[in-house]
Order: sequence, then C-alpha cells, then structure tokens
Amino acid sequence: MGEYVIKLPDVGEGVAEAEIVEWEVAIGDVVQEDMVLAAVMTDKATVEIPSPVDGRVIWLGAEPGDIMSVGAPIIRLEVSGEGNVSASDKKTDKGSEADALIAKAAKAAKDVAAAEETAKASTAATSTKVEATVSASAFVADGRTKVTIEKPAALQTRRTVSGPTRAEGEKPLASPSVRKRAKEAGVDLRQVPGTGPAGRISHEDLDAYFDGSTITAQPGGGLQANTSVTDIKVVGLRRKIAEKMSISKSRIPHITIVEEVDMTALEELRGVLNKSKSDDKPKLTLLPFLMRSLVKAVGEQPALNAIFDDEAGVIHQYGGVHIGMAAQTPNGLVVPVIKHAEARDIWGCAAEVNRLAAAAKSGTATREELGGSTITITSLGPLGAIATTPVINHPEVAIIGVNKMAIRPMWDGTTFVPRKMMNISASFDHRVIDGWDAAVFVQKIKSLLESPAMIFMEG
Amino acid sequence: MKEIKTKLLVIGAGPGGYICAIRAGQLGIDTVIIEAGKPGGTCLNVGCIPSKALIHAAGEFEKAVHFSGDNALGISASAPRINLRKTLEWKNGIVSRLNSGVAGLLKKHGVKTVEGWAKFRDGKTVAVETPTGTQVIRAEYIVIATGSAPIELPFLPFGGRVISSTEALSLNEVPAKLAVVGGGYIGLELGIAYAKLGSEVTVVEAAKAVLPLYDKDLIRPVTKRLKELGIKVLTGAKAKGLSSKGDALLVENGSGKDVKIPADKILVTVGRKPVTEGWGLEEIDLFMEGRFIRINERCETSMRGIYAIGDVTGEPMLAHRAMAQGEMVAELIAGEKRSWDKVCIPAVCFTDPEIVTAGLSPDEARAQGHEIKSDLFPLQANGRAMSMEREDGFVRIVARADNHLVLGIQAVGSGVSELSAGFALALEIGARLEDIAATIHAHPTQSEALQEAALRTLGHALHI
Repeated sequence: MGEYVIKLPDVGEGVAEAEIVEWEVAIGDVVQEDMVLAAVMTDKATVEIPSPVDGRVIWLGAEPGDIMSVGAPIIRLEVSGEGNVSASDKKTDKGSEADALIAKAAKAAKDVAAAEETAKASTAATSTKVEATVSASAFVADGRTKVTIEKPAALQTRRTVSGPTRAEGEKPLASPSVRKRAKEAGVDLRQVPGTGPAGRISHEDLDAYFDGSTITAQPGGGLQANTSVTDIKVVGLRRKIAEKMSISKSRIPHITIVEEVDMTALEELRGVLNKSKSDDKPKLTLLPFLMRSLVKAVGEQPALNAIFDDEAGVIHQYGGVHIGMAAQTPNGLVVPVIKHAEARDIWGCAAEVNRLAAAAKSGTATREELGGSTITITSLGPLGAIATTPVINHPEVAIIGVNKMAIRPMWDGTTFVPRKMMNISASFDHRVIDGWDAAVFVQKIKSLLESPAMIFMEG
Repeated sequence: MKEIKTKLLVIGAGPGGYICAIRAGQLGIDTVIIEAGKPGGTCLNVGCIPSKALIHAAGEFEKAVHFSGDNALGISASAPRINLRKTLEWKNGIVSRLNSGVAGLLKKHGVKTVEGWAKFRDGKTVAVETPTGTQVIRAEYIVIATGSAPIELPFLPFGGRVISSTEALSLNEVPAKLAVVGGGYIGLELGIAYAKLGSEVTVVEAAKAVLPLYDKDLIRPVTKRLKELGIKVLTGAKAKGLSSKGDALLVENGSGKDVKIPADKILVTVGRKPVTEGWGLEEIDLFMEGRFIRINERCETSMRGIYAIGDVTGEPMLAHRAMAQGEMVAELIAGEKRSWDKVCIPAVCFTDPEIVTAGLSPDEARAQGHEIKSDLFPLQANGRAMSMEREDGFVRIVARADNHLVLGIQAVGSGVSELSAGFALALEIGARLEDIAATIHAHPTQSEALQEAALRTLGHALHI
C-alpha cells in the first residue's frame, strides 16, 4: 500500500491560486482514475480536478471556500503499490494530517451540537432535557491514532429558563472574551443567565441569550420577532462577483445616462425577420440588434470600446468589438463574451448569444468564453425596470443597460399615438469618458435603434 | 511654528500615555504624544524599573555578604565591596535602553512625539513649550496622562539630605545612616535595598504597622525579615523635621517622646500625588474627585473629547492600570465599544520577601458581604522554596463559601511576584477553587503552593 498525494494543478494561464468550491468525494471513498474529485474555481471559471489514479481518499486538505495555491497538496489517496510519497515525507506530514483530522472532528462535533440544539428548541416547550452524549471520532489512516472529541456534560443540558438568576447587585461572572463580545453586541451581562460553574456566563450562554432574549421580551400578541441570523459563507462565484463589484464601484467614478428609445420600427422589423427567416436560423431577440448598433456606434467613438488600465495609466482601445453579455445563472452573474461582434452579422450574433447563454447557464462555459470583453450589455429582460444604474465591468469603460419595453402614449404633434417605448441606461467611466462623449454615444445608439435600417447600412 | 492638527493628542508618555498612543497608532488613528522628559514616565525613569535594578543589585550584594560568613551551602567568599557609581551606570543603561525602546515603538506605529511641556489653551487646543518655540496642537480627542509625583512634607522639604524616591535611585554612595519617613511599599523597598547594601536604616511610620495597606498575615514575614536585616522600625511615630544642625531627623515616637535619629540621608516616601498643576487644568475646569481628575468607566472626564488615564485619575497608582486604561481609551476613540470591566488589578510589593495581591483579601471580602472560605499554604512545605533557602511566606486564597468562586489570591515570599500572572488570570476568567485545584502545577515550583492553597481551602491539601 502506498500513498498518493494530489496537488492543486495549474488550472490556467497565470493562475496562482484557486478556490475549492466543492468536494465530490469524502474521506473513505474509493475513487477510480478520471473520476472527478473536486471542483475548483479560478478568476474565470470552474475547473474539475480528476483523479489520476485508482485509490481510496484518506485526507482532504481544505474546506470548501478555502483558497489554495497551485501546487499545494489537496488530497491524499491510499493506492495499491508504490505511491508518490516517500516514507520520510510521510512521517513529517503526519502532524499536519492529524491536525486536519482533529479540526475535522471538532467541526463534526460542532455540527452535532448544532443539530442537537435544533432538537432542543423543539423539545424546550415540554421542558425535556436532552442528555445525549455526543462524540465525534475520526481515524488516522493507519488506524492507530484515534481522535475523539466528547462534548462536556455542561454543554449538553441547556437551560430553558430566561431572566436574571443572579442576586440583586451581584456582578456577572464571565471571562474577558465573553465580556468583550457582550459589550460589542450591546448586551448587559447582568441580564444573561450563566450556566457555568458558579453561574459563570459562557460563550454558549451568550449565544442562547442572543437567540432568545427578544422573544421573552415581547409578551402577548400573535406576531413574534424573528431574530434568527443565517450565516452564509460567501464562496465561489458569489465571492468573485463580490470582489469584482467592489473593484468596479470603488475604483470607477460612474456617470450614468438614461435615454428613452422608440422601438416601434425595430420591433416591426424584428417581427418580419423572425416570420420570414428560414428554420436553420436562430430567432432574433433585441440583443443582436443592440450589438450591431454598438458595433456601429463604437466605430465612430472608439474610445468607448476600450479597457482602462488605471494602474499603468494606459487605455487600450480595441479594433475588435468583444461584447460581454451579463447573464443570470442559478449561481449568480456571469458575463460570457461575444467575440468579434464586428465580424458577425445579425444572425451570427444571435446564434452566438444563444450558444453562450446556454453554456453559461449549464456552467460549461470555458475561461476563454468568460473573459476578454471590451464593452458590456446588461439586460434584465421583462424585469428591466424603467431605469437602472449599470455597474461597469472593470476594467472596461462603458456598459449599456436595456430596460423594459412598454407601449406608451406619445405625442406626435397633433395627437397621442401608442408607441413601443424602451429606456436604455448606460454607465461610463467618467475618468476617461467625458459627459459630452457619453451623451453623443447614447444618442447614436438611440438613433440607430429608432431607425433600424441604419444598422444595416454600410459605411 | 505651524499649528499641528491631529485626531488624538496624548499628554504624557508614561506607561498609560505611550500604550494609548501605540494602540491608537495600530488602529490607524492620527496621534501625537507630548512628553517633557524622557519617554516612559515615572515607571521607566524613576520608578518601577530603576528601583528593581537597585533592589536586584542589593540582593546580590547581600548574598555575597552571606557567603563571606558561615553558610549552609558551604560556599566561602571574601567580604564584598560595592562601587555604587558603577551600579548606577548599569541601571542607567537599562533605563536608556528602555527609553529608546519606547521611542522606537511610538515611531514604528506612526505616532508623532513632541518634546516639551504642554499647557491647555481650551478643550481642543494645547500649546507646547518645546526647545525650539511654542507649538500649538489642535486635537479632536485629548488624553491626559500626566501621572503623579512624590509628596513633599512642608516641614521636610526636598533638598540637601532630604530626598525623594527619585534621588534615592541615584545616590553615588551608600549612606551610612538612612532614615525613611513613611513605611509604605516604596519606603520599605528602598529601605531594605539600602540595608542590604550596608546602610543603618530606620523606618518611621505614623500608622500602627508598616505597609498599612496590607493585612497583618501578609506583613508578618516582611517585618520578620526587616528585623533580620537590622532595620529599625518606629511605628505610631511622627516625623517633625530636621534637627537644628540638619544632621538628624526629629521624631515623636509611639509613646509621645521626642527622639533624634541621626541620618546622612532622609528619604521621604509618604505617598504620591497626581500631577494636576502646570498644564492648564484651570483652563478646562474638569470635575475632580478629591485631588484626582474624575473619570467614568470609559475614562471620560467631565469634558467631551477629553479622557484621563493613570495616576492622575486615582488609586491604585500602578503602571499596569494606566496601560490597560490607555489601551481601552485608544480603542474607544477608534469607535470600538469598551468599558472598564476588570475583575482585578494585581499589585506587587518588591520588598524582601515580596508581596503579591490580586482581588479581595479575606477582610475585604467579608466587608463586601461575602461569606468566605479561605486558607493558605506555607512555602515551608514547598520543596522548591526549601531548595532556594527561602521558606518564609505563603500563598493564600479567598473564595465564596457557596459556589467557591475565587475572590482573591495573595502571596508573600521570595520571588512570588512572578506568580501574579496566574493569580490575575484565575480571577479574571472567574475560576473556582476546583478549577485551580484541578490544574496541574509544575513540580518543583513555588506555584504548587497556589494549587495546594486551593486544595487546602477545599479541605484536602496533599502536602500538609
């Protein structure tokens, strides 16, 4: 029997670290070559890590959400025959291995405690005390060392009463860390019953107080305050989105322009094209028209189709128009990119939009397909509101938001006529795009969409 | 000079002030600290540190004297001599190393130090007389950490033979006869040190016993040792002034008779007073608490934005109290929620033997209405104490009778100052007798006496 260590592989060009999004295997699982062990996420995409050998998982080196550097050991497998770890390596690694197991066991114990507490809450009404002894065990690979964590008895019986239990004027008894936490939460420890020896207030007592204090403070009435707080670890795509948004909003001074567009003519044209198209062609949505309009508009104002490297103080203006298309997926926002929109006709754009949208939704979009945009379109479709303030996709300099279309009465000089109206909301990096240029750009888009024939004119 | 604007201004770079400034610097607060002398305050320059250096030197000298006579260890050595000037050089070296250490820490944390004497102009403005002119500093928050100074007796003004603790730490030679007025901890620490160095020492104390702040059980081993060292103690005695020739101290002794105590130096250690003058307190008119500046549990004074910490705010005048206050105030100014919630401020008296107190004594606990259990473990029954030839002293523990919560721990003995950390920790985390009794204490150490004291209070000491 040997041991085989799998290190975090180099998952992409210039990627130094990646986040463990989820484990596909658990300790003890038997895995076969090429079976997926874990999903890791880089700046751009999620990558699956396959197993290079057959074996049994004996150690996992991270928790989901942990960021690991490339080359760090993430999994150990027990394999038949020689592994890739020499005996001496193994010896020195034992310590950390045991540490990981202890941490894991401790976490397991905590989970059990949490589960127990939930159970307690349901039994509290009948004042039943839960007296279960809980232990969580884990075994090190060789089976000799056993890590067992038992919950102390004091934690198992949780008080169900509330209200002060201390004599009048008596100081609450708590360690400095408990006192500090209470202070920061604005809790007067004199109000917190302590379940420890000599009535000492533990962190658990404080937790219990946080859970229950306001409920007891509201007698009567059918409505109860819900004081629960659910902690959700910000991992994976959500973390990436959060980071990206922080950068965009903190670094870029946005200017946003909202303009209304009469879409009646374009909608008529779109209806005709969709009706008369051959079956092998994709159905046209608004997006391909907007993309072609963008291509036209940036042709006249190349400054808008650019990336601003503010650290180097350089603006990279691109000849090719690579349009990012903000798309909602079950996990959050991703931005697949329609490359070289200037070289695709309206049908080509539509086909590429459909293909990328499907890939993004199913999570199969590649790193290359999710990066490299030079300008971005964002659309919430029917939810598109009257106006939005789109956040620029850093380090680009412009983003165009499409709002909801609706039939509105418009004054044509003599009478009100029903027109299909839609707003576009566009944000620009005001450091490098002046308001005047932004306004000219938005007007250009508006005029193209209102007279769609112009979109198809050459030159 | 151009006016300085800052968020936080700390007046005084003693232990309270410099800790406050360092913590503020860590928290990213724009901070200026003003100090007229060297950084470190009384503690570092003329208090804790230099006095411990002198006490150490005296202890070593006394050991050498002991070995020059018949001794149990069978060591023979010739009678020692001391060159006190050299001792002072060594002591001054320690002090200046710590001076530059504090200055370096302040700098490292981005604190600007202004040298000079500060004076309030109003609640937000201070003018500093620096060597190069008047520097005006405006600050959003001001922390007063001006500390304390030795009290002078009107009939025994400092000067000539009459010295304060400050001068006592810088004598060029050992005085043949030393009279100490005031038998508190400062007077006894220095009196014992000079007695060990060969002075003939007389302590004059107005109260019924020396170390009036401690109970008699704690004092007994010290008074016994004073006798061994040949120190004369006059209790219930009042110092009246200098003799007409100026070479003796006039004292009315316990039985009302006037006596003359010949003395080369007269050390007056009758307490310390807060420094509340000379820095413009009158300009801001803060509420006072006796001689001290009144503060609340967040060290706020009666004026918004002005805090006070350390000796200027009252007893106990201890460096570590000031440090904890300084740290808290810096965090408060950084917007954190804090208030003074300490269970105990341990205190150490570096007499021989040393005295450590943390929390309540048995009498204090009873006075607060507690029903208590208390017992002590004598160092006589401690192997480590025997092996160091110092069996005098004990560790005593005071606990509530009902739930055994530890209310206080005291000790007296040679080198017990280092046990203070364990005492304070036990009190601060709210330990019960059982917690201490069930904690393994390393053998052979004096600290076993703490565990045994807890066991004995519970009724089942193992080594007695």
